[in-house]
Amino acid sequence: MSASLRKGEAAPDEAGRGTAAGGEAAGRAARAAAPGASPPGDARRAPGASPPAEPAPLTAPRASRLRRAAPPLAVVAVLLAAWELVVRAGLVDELLLPAPTQVLEALWVDRDLLAPDLLVTAYEVVAGLAASLVVGVGLAVAMHLVPAIDRSLRPLVVGSQAVPIPVIAPIVVLILGFGLAPKILIITLICFFPVTVNVSDGLRASDPDAGKLLRSLGATPWQRLRLLDAPSALPAAFTGMKVAAAVAVIGAVLAEWSGSSAGLGHLLITANGQLETARAFAATVLLMAMAIALYALFAVLERKVVSWAPRARS
Amino acid sequence: MRTEVEAPVTEPPYVNGVVVDGVRKQFGDVVALDGVDLRIAAGEVVAVVGPSGCGKSTLLELVCGLAAPDAGAVSAPPAALMPQRDALLPWLSALDNAALARRVAGDSRAAARAAAHEHFEAFGLAGFEQARPAELSGGMRQRVAFLRTLLAGRPLLCLDEPFAALDALTRSQAQGWLGDALAREPRTVLLVTHDVEEAVVLADRIVLLSPRPGRVVATFDVGLPRPRERTSLEVVALRERALAALGVET
Repeated sequence: MSASLRKGEAAPDEAGRGTAAGGEAAGRAARAAAPGASPPGDARRAPGASPPAEPAPLTAPRASRLRRAAPPLAVVAVLLAAWELVVRAGLVDELLLPAPTQVLEALWVDRDLLAPDLLVTAYEVVAGLAASLVVGVGLAVAMHLVPAIDRSLRPLVVGSQAVPIPVIAPIVVLILGFGLAPKILIITLICFFPVTVNVSDGLRASDPDAGKLLRSLGATPWQRLRLLDAPSALPAAFTGMKVAAAVAVIGAVLAEWSGSSAGLGHLLITANGQLETARAFAATVLLMAMAIALYALFAVLERKVVSWAPRARS
Repeated sequence: MRTEVEAPVTEPPYVNGVVVDGVRKQFGDVVALDGVDLRIAAGEVVAVVGPSGCGKSTLLELVCGLAAPDAGAVSAPPAALMPQRDALLPWLSALDNAALARRVAGDSRAAARAAAHEHFEAFGLAGFEQARPAELSGGMRQRVAFLRTLLAGRPLLCLDEPFAALDALTRSQAQGWLGDALAREPRTVLLVTHDVEEAVVLADRIVLLSPRPGRVVATFDVGLPRPRERTSLEVVALRERALAALGVET
C-alpha cells in the first residue's frame, strides 16, 4: 500500500514543489503564521479538473502566498502592539504580564538557560508522540479487527481521559522515577486518545461498496484492512496526529510538573517562583513554537501522503 | 408468476450456470424478493430489469454469495461483483484499481499491474495508467471498474446498474464497449438494470421483476444478432413489449 501511494502521488505534487522553491521565504512566513494552511500552489488546482502534469505559472504563487500570509501576520502584529501598549502604559503589573519586547529580550538573554530545557522537553514530546502513535494506531486497529476488544476497551479508553494527571503522577513517579520514562508515559496517556478515536472512526468510514466488492472477491480481513480500511483511515489518522501534536506539549509540561529536574515545564515552575515572569513567558513562547512546528510537520506530511483526499487539494 | 418459461433444464445442476430456486429475502417487515426463480446458462448474458426497489440488488448479493436467502436455494459459480457506483479507490492509480482483484487473488504488485495493463489499450485507457480516479471521466471510471471485475477471473460477472450514473451519450458508448469486451472475453453475466433498452441491447435474455416484493413477471429471449443498434426496429419492438409487460404505457 505505502509503495503505491508514494509512487502515485509523485505527479500531482510536482506542481506544488515547483512553486515552493520560488516563494520559500514567504511560504515559511505563511506556515509560521497559519500552520496547516495549504500552500497556494495546491489551492489553485481544482480537484480532478486539471491533468497532473500541467505546469503551474511561476509568478502568481509568490504574490498569492504573500496575500495569504498578510491577514494572519497583521492580526498577530496588531495584538502584539496592543499588548505592548497596555503594559508600557502601566495598566498591568509587569510582574504579571511582561511586554512582548521584554519576552523577546528574555528569549535572547536567557538563551543558554532555555536551550537545554527546550531540548529536554522536545525530546520528551517527540518520544511521547511516537509512543502515542504506536499505542493509538495499534489499539484502533485491534478494536477494528476484533469487536470484542472494541466493546471491552472503549469505555476504558474514554475513561482514561478523565483521570487527572496529578492523581496518577505520584504512582508513575514512584514506579518509574524522575527520568524520561514517566514523562513519555504521561504524554502517551494524554495523546493516544485523539489518535485512537480518529483512526478507529476512519477505519469504519471506508466505502461500503468497495467493502462489498472486496467481499465478493474473497478478500481476507487482513487484505481488506491493507487495501481498503487503512488507506481510507489515513485522513482521519492525520487529524488525530495533529491534535495529539498540539496536546503533547502541554502533556510534557504536566509531566514535568509532576516531578523533574529539567525541561521547559521545570523551568516554568522555577521562573514563576523567582518572579522571572518574562522568562516564563519566553519558555511559553518556545512551547507554542514547538506545538506549531509539530502540527505543521504533520500537516505537510498529510499533504504528501494523502494527496488523493479532497481536502489535500482544496 | 412467469408467463414465458424456458425449456426444461437438460443438464442439471448447471455446472457453470446459475440456478435461483424459489428465493425469498426479507429485511425486517419488507419482503425484497418473493419466490424468484432464475436460470442462467454458462456463457449467457441475462438482464434483470425492474423498477427501483424491486430487490434487484438483493438478488445480485444472493448470487454473489454476499447474503443468504431466507427461503429457497441459490447455486452459482464464483462471481465478481461490479457495484452500482464504481467504488474505485481514490488513492490508487487507474492501473492499480484495475489490478485490485488480482492483488486480492494473491498476485504480486508487478504481476497484477501487468495483467491489468494488457487490457488498457482495448478499453481505451492507454495513457491514463497513472491517473487517479478523480482525474478520469465517468465513462473511463466505469471501464476501469469493469476491467477490475473482469480481471477477477471469475466465470460469473454480476453487474449492478453499471451505467446508471452516466449521461445518455456516455451510456450508449459504454454499452458498446461492454458488448465488445464480452465478445472478446465471454463470461456468464447477470446484469441488473432499470433501463429496458440497455437490457435489449446487451442481453441474451431479459427477466422482468415486479415492484416490491420482487417476483419474476416475464422473461424474453432477445435472440437478435450482435452488435445491436438502439434504433433498430427489432430492438425498439422488443423494448416496447418489455415495457408493456412491466405495465408502462408508451
